[in-house]
Amino acid sequence: MEVALNWYLGLSAILFTIGVLGVLIKRNAILILMSVELMLNAVNLSLVALSQAMGDVTGQILVFFVMAVAAAEAAIGLALVIAIFRNKLTVDVAEINLFRY
Amino acid sequence: MLATFLFFFLATVAIAAALGMLIARNPVSSALWLILNMFCIAGLYLTLNAQFIAVIQVLVYAGAIMVLFLFVLMLLNLAELPDVQQADWKKGAGFVLVVGILAQLAYIVAMSTGTLPDMGSLEQTVTTGSPQAIARVLFTHFAVPMQIIGALLLVATIGAVMIAKRRFI
Repeated sequence: MEVALNWYLGLSAILFTIGVLGVLIKRNAILILMSVELMLNAVNLSLVALSQAMGDVTGQILVFFVMAVAAAEAAIGLALVIAIFRNKLTVDVAEINLFRY
Repeated sequence: MLATFLFFFLATVAIAAALGMLIARNPVSSALWLILNMFCIAGLYLTLNAQFIAVIQVLVYAGAIMVLFLFVLMLLNLAELPDVQQADWKKGAGFVLVVGILAQLAYIVAMSTGTLPDMGSLEQTVTTGSPQAIARVLFTHFAVPMQIIGALLLVATIGAVMIAKRRFI
């Protein structure tokens, strides 16, 4: 039995959905950022699978760029979490409602 | 045969680790589950002949980014938060939305069964993901985006230091 491209895309869809679920139900801001990383990983997996199927290396270049942007996003996001924690002493997104109303 | 076994093994562990990240009570164990998930995805990259991306995945994601997450988690020393205590309909709406997204994605993957290209034999494409092949394209055709990504990382580093240092409000 040969491993098909579909299986990689299906696995990527499942991992992406778990990431979306984490963003929706978690209350800890750091865990929400981690769920976003999981979603980015799922998309990277489908990009690499498609790049392999097409025999073209461009998809892997895109994965490289996505990883660089994800690193920047994690650094900025965690800096924001630290800044918010310093002011409100919590990372619960239900408590962080500075812009509400 | 070995490729099939490897794919199913790594896929099962990856999904289990992702679910473990979702279910774990302690944020630090959530981060450790996510690291396991990223190692599995690196293994899947190896089964796809993307050696360079697999190594970068372990170095950057499992190494740098997740260490940053663990560092912040342990620095803040958070008390455990209840998962979702808000109105129960929000949780229900989240699950409905997620099922909808999964159904859409599965529908697209299932509908494209006949039209997708084959995986191509791995022996033929063994050099596709090698560092040489990637560098040849990255430093010629994608030279300008490469410079922009470098500038982005510099700006992000400076911004992170500024935000974490200064006192808002």
